[in-house]
Amino acid sequence: MRLLKAGTRAKCAVCDTEVMVVRAAPVEVQVTCGGVELIAMDGAKAPGAHVDAAAGQSALVGKRYVNAADVVELLCTKGGKGQLAVGGEPLSVKQAKPLPSSD
Amino acid sequence: MTLEMAAECHPQRIAVTSTDTRLTCAELLAAARAAALGIREAGVKYVGMLDINSPAVPIALFASAYAGVPYVPLNYRLTRGEIEALLARIAPALLITDEPVVAPLTLPPGITVMLRSEFQRRALSAAPTEISAPGEPRDAAIQLFTSGTTGKPKAAVLRHENLMSYVLGTVEFASAAEDDAILISVPPYHIAGISAVLSSIYAGRRMVQLPNFDAATWLQLCRDQKVTNAFVVPTMLSRIVDHLQLHPGDARMPSLRAIAYGGGKMPLAVIEQAMRLLPGVDFTNAYGLTETSSTICLLGPDDHRSGFGSADPLVRRRLSSVGKPVPTIELEVRGEAGEVLGPGQSGEVFVRGGQVAGEYLEQGSLLDTDGWFPTRDRGHVDEYGYVYLEGRADDVIVRGGENISPGEVEDVLLEHPAVSDAAVVAVPDRQWGESVGAVIVLRENAQATDAELQDWVRQRLRSSRVPTAIRYVDQLPFNEMGKVLRRVLKQQFADLKS
Repeated sequence: MRLLKAGTRAKCAVCDTEVMVVRAAPVEVQVTCGGVELIAMDGAKAPGAHVDAAAGQSALVGKRYVNAADVVELLCTKGGKGQLAVGGEPLSVKQAKPLPSSD
Repeated sequence: MTLEMAAECHPQRIAVTSTDTRLTCAELLAAARAAALGIREAGVKYVGMLDINSPAVPIALFASAYAGVPYVPLNYRLTRGEIEALLARIAPALLITDEPVVAPLTLPPGITVMLRSEFQRRALSAAPTEISAPGEPRDAAIQLFTSGTTGKPKAAVLRHENLMSYVLGTVEFASAAEDDAILISVPPYHIAGISAVLSSIYAGRRMVQLPNFDAATWLQLCRDQKVTNAFVVPTMLSRIVDHLQLHPGDARMPSLRAIAYGGGKMPLAVIEQAMRLLPGVDFTNAYGLTETSSTICLLGPDDHRSGFGSADPLVRRRLSSVGKPVPTIELEVRGEAGEVLGPGQSGEVFVRGGQVAGEYLEQGSLLDTDGWFPTRDRGHVDEYGYVYLEGRADDVIVRGGENISPGEVEDVLLEHPAVSDAAVVAVPDRQWGESVGAVIVLRENAQATDAELQDWVRQRLRSSRVPTAIRYVDQLPFNEMGKVLRRVLKQQFADLKS
């Protein structure tokens, strides 16, 4: 359980998934990957498996994940095998509105 | 981080090609990390880049982020004295540069020079290192000196969170196709030169660097390197158009799909001519400022096409609009008392959003308590949400309490058949405080008298807009990005009076 802050990065304790917080509400929430809580980037990996390995899809690099209320948004900066969730609610991929390239 | 993602996702994709070098994403990442070690060991406060575009530019940009030191690209076209003054403001710094640029300079204390070739050689030949970036979103990523068309250059600070917000807000990760390539011809010290590196890496688009722009080489590179996208400033597009009119065969660039332009006002005649000469190309107008981490408004290809072909003057006018704000930006036009103005009313443009830094090293943040940044650009939004710019707020002529935008008078003067270019500035006026002064470049073999031009303006605008002083010159003074140097023109008028 911790306070999410835009720009903060975190990683999964068991798989390769890494994320960066893009947007968050100023409340404490639990962010998980495959049911296992994310840890700080310099935290030690724990041997083991996802609690919730069967559930849903993997995290894909470059995709942005949001909750249904669209308050929490995470950018997956490294792909992994677990499904991202906030407070037990699985996140879904945010659909991009393509803009013409401007630079 | 964007580079790590790119290197992870497609390590073998080419990130950058220059005259004699090509680097994959993985090689660029390794070079940036190796160079970062060197920067950390040097114990400097800034990394300066006083050089043309080369692979050293993206290496140094990402290496600075890994080292946790702001990256400061500097304008190598400034005078010796100007460059030395800027260098003194960033010492102690590691300065990446080239022999001919640095040789004439008297370096201030604390500047450690590393030549580009040496920097590149060391970064590319070093043993792999796994260092990670400090990743503090509030840390300053880039310090850019503004062009100073109106005064002493200011040091704009862009933080990692601003740049990240810009990239996330406008580019989708790995959205470029494998054969996509962007031709980068803006210099590295321009905000568009920086955002091009970040966006291209994030999108997975190969960067093709053109160190010194000229139209023929630009067109040649487009063909040879199978370029799909390009960004140009108005002066560059104008030269490309001129070249294509003389050499129509050079317009054959089958791979080129899109040209984005920005960095200054695009003359209507140039964009219309460009669309005529390159009918298969999508044009996008991007409006942005250094202080807003680049693009905040876009006029897309569809609006260009509908505007170009339209008989409806309202729709055609859109070609001179900068489009609509990008989704992550809010935009308001405010009056002199700070009130929010409605459609069609002219005032100062204010913007808000994560990419808006609005901060200078000396003055601190210019954002108000609600996060709004005054752009100092004057403009209005029409009833459909299109944004039109009218020039810099500082260039406004105040004649007897009435505000006059130079742009509206310039537009009318430019419609006169004898006028090829025009700039309007404030001139001191005993009766009115200020009045309109016009500097005119006549077309070849064309003639016009003061009275004729004054009549021309009087018939189309109010009498207060009529130039009281008119000068004729062979060429207007521009900076190298195509911005008219109004302070030079103002000074010339002042000198004439005295």
